[in-house]
Amino acid sequence: MSSARSAHILHLGVLGLLFAAFFLLPAYHQGNLARILVLAVYAMGYNLLFGYTGLLSLGHAVFFAAGMYGLGLAMHLGGATPAPAFLAGMIAALLVAGVIGSLALRTVGVAFMIVTLMFAQAGYLTILYFGTYTRGDEGFVIPQTARALWGFDLTDPTNRYFAALILFAVVLLFIGWLVNTSFGRSLIAIRENEERARMLGYDVQRAKWIAVTLSGLLSGMSGAAYALLFGYAGATFASVQYSILPLLWVLLGGAGTTIGPLVGTIFMFYLIDFASEVTSAYMLVAGVAFVLLTLFAPTGIAGELRRRALPWLP
Amino acid sequence: MTKAIDQKPSLTRRKTLKTLGAGALAASVGCYVQAQSSAPIKVGFQVHRTGIGAAYGRWYDRTTQAAVAKINAEGGINGRPLEIVAEDDGTDPKRGAEVVEKFATQHGCDIAFGTLFSHVVFGSSPRAGELKLPYFVVSEGHHVASGKLNRYTLQPGITDVKSQVQAMAPYVAETLGKKVTMIYPDFAFGHDHRDYFSAALEAQGGEVIAKIAIPPTETSFTKYFPKIPRDTEVIYHVMVGPAVLTFVKEMGEFFGPSKPQIFGFIDSLEAVDLSSPGLEFLEDTYFWEGHPRYAQANQTEYDKTYRAAVGVDNNGASISDPKDVSTYAHMFGCWETLHIVKAGMEAADYQGPGDRSKLIEAVEAMTDMPASDAHPQGAKVFNGRTHQVFGHQYISRVEGGKLVLAHTTSIEDTLYEDEVDYTTQSF
Repeated sequence: MSSARSAHILHLGVLGLLFAAFFLLPAYHQGNLARILVLAVYAMGYNLLFGYTGLLSLGHAVFFAAGMYGLGLAMHLGGATPAPAFLAGMIAALLVAGVIGSLALRTVGVAFMIVTLMFAQAGYLTILYFGTYTRGDEGFVIPQTARALWGFDLTDPTNRYFAALILFAVVLLFIGWLVNTSFGRSLIAIRENEERARMLGYDVQRAKWIAVTLSGLLSGMSGAAYALLFGYAGATFASVQYSILPLLWVLLGGAGTTIGPLVGTIFMFYLIDFASEVTSAYMLVAGVAFVLLTLFAPTGIAGELRRRALPWLP
Repeated sequence: MTKAIDQKPSLTRRKTLKTLGAGALAASVGCYVQAQSSAPIKVGFQVHRTGIGAAYGRWYDRTTQAAVAKINAEGGINGRPLEIVAEDDGTDPKRGAEVVEKFATQHGCDIAFGTLFSHVVFGSSPRAGELKLPYFVVSEGHHVASGKLNRYTLQPGITDVKSQVQAMAPYVAETLGKKVTMIYPDFAFGHDHRDYFSAALEAQGGEVIAKIAIPPTETSFTKYFPKIPRDTEVIYHVMVGPAVLTFVKEMGEFFGPSKPQIFGFIDSLEAVDLSSPGLEFLEDTYFWEGHPRYAQANQTEYDKTYRAAVGVDNNGASISDPKDVSTYAHMFGCWETLHIVKAGMEAADYQGPGDRSKLIEAVEAMTDMPASDAHPQGAKVFNGRTHQVFGHQYISRVEGGKLVLAHTTSIEDTLYEDEVDYTTQSF
């Protein structure tokens, strides 16, 4: 069986499992999984830039928040319905990512990390500055009555779960397809050796800009979906910790793998959920787990799986 | 003999099974009735153990445990004990919503309770509404009464910032001065102070002559003080977060001995010892307090009982550690809220989650709450339409390094027009 075919089967299998999980899991875990699927989209967006292109951003929260506020403000202030509001969220994220990408990509390495971090901080402060509209740190609620998409009440647990699953599936299949296209392979070539890719004639700068923009768009879609499905938009989601989280999810799950972001998001969510029942120092537990994984499985869970057993893992 | 053989045995296998079955059913019904009558009422306690709200969370926790111990010692609620299921929300709105879900769908809690920080309330409230879980917040935000939340979210144990701020204006204008400069954090909490106080002061014939917003990331404040106009009669300050102590100290260094009247919200110094070095200049300044930190000359028996139950000394610090200063101006809200939950559940004859809407209706029906052991902060009036309680506010003056009560507002000073009627929303 070819690698591409195996990858395809794997993706469909994962989606089948997630579909079945809804009917098998108790309500609490159904709710968790809906949230995880939305956040895994954020992680997949991050992974496209970090895992496949080799660019480490410390400011992805600004893209997540752009999508969240694009949708949130369109509904809260503009009275838009969810479908056009989601589109507004995507456009907001696309614009923010496009502009930040074109500026941040003038730098490389550590400077790129710092510039993205600074842009995210500027985005966070912008949300606070326009507190009259955004309600700043406090944020605002998107009312239950407004959250119906094409007749489906997204506050219903079943509808919410399947809306999250559809979004996740679309993004997973898109990433699975993208990384096998010539463009996707050029991103991997840039990650492996940027100079060589440039010498081979690739327009490295353009490819990197497209990667930043696409990554920002996917992150923004996750932010918009989060606001729509869980009914809240707030500046906390633009703060620095929400830039670090996708990095952790991707590192734990496996950078440069298609299912790694999902694995990492599930792992971290339940690690914190269980650890917080035992101790208030649950972030310490997460930190120790992270150190151990970095020491003994530096390529993450899915990366280790690929190294040891499944070399075809996409 | 034949007769004897023909006679059916009086205890057939079918009869035996029926009897055993009936017995088992009766026993299980008995158990069920027992479970209904004595199983604990589970209160999901959303506590800020970590994150920016940790100092408040520690004292909210102690107050909650003390209230539960008292309620259980007095026979619980409808004869059932209260059980606290505490989960840390990290003072984060995302985790807050997850914790509310956990209370409802994993722990099987009857209600959720205890949230302080407004952004966590905003993040969690939609999920509480969707899960139809009564959510009793202790936040002092105006979010509940503003109509931005839902019928399942109530704030019956602590007054909101709008009523607190507007009740200060008459005293500030009459006693301290009419030209006020406000210094506040540049985010929603600060903006609420700016907007509500400015309007209330104007109504008193006063004027806010400068509004100085401090960005939340600021760590040094010296550059802001020269912006204070010379003709300022009163400085109104409210700051929160880790830099508050620096702010207050730098303000003291800026003014030296010739300071204008200074009025602050105790939020600036909650859980901070007033005898900390650098705070000497606060002598003769004024503070809003939700509940006087220091035991006053006219201390009520209710406050005395409450203080002892929570383990707070007459200076507002922990009995076991005088350096561990409480968040006394806010934490009474946990105590009072749990007593309201008890009163509401008893009025609604609450049996289980199926009676959640009855519980909310019972609380909505409440009005006067006289000062008592259940309401040690003072008498209150609950507005069932807006799900918000109103009560006395306290203004204290720093004298000899202690906060001495200078003025108590009336409840009428704190009232404002309804902005929502939650009772019109369906369950």
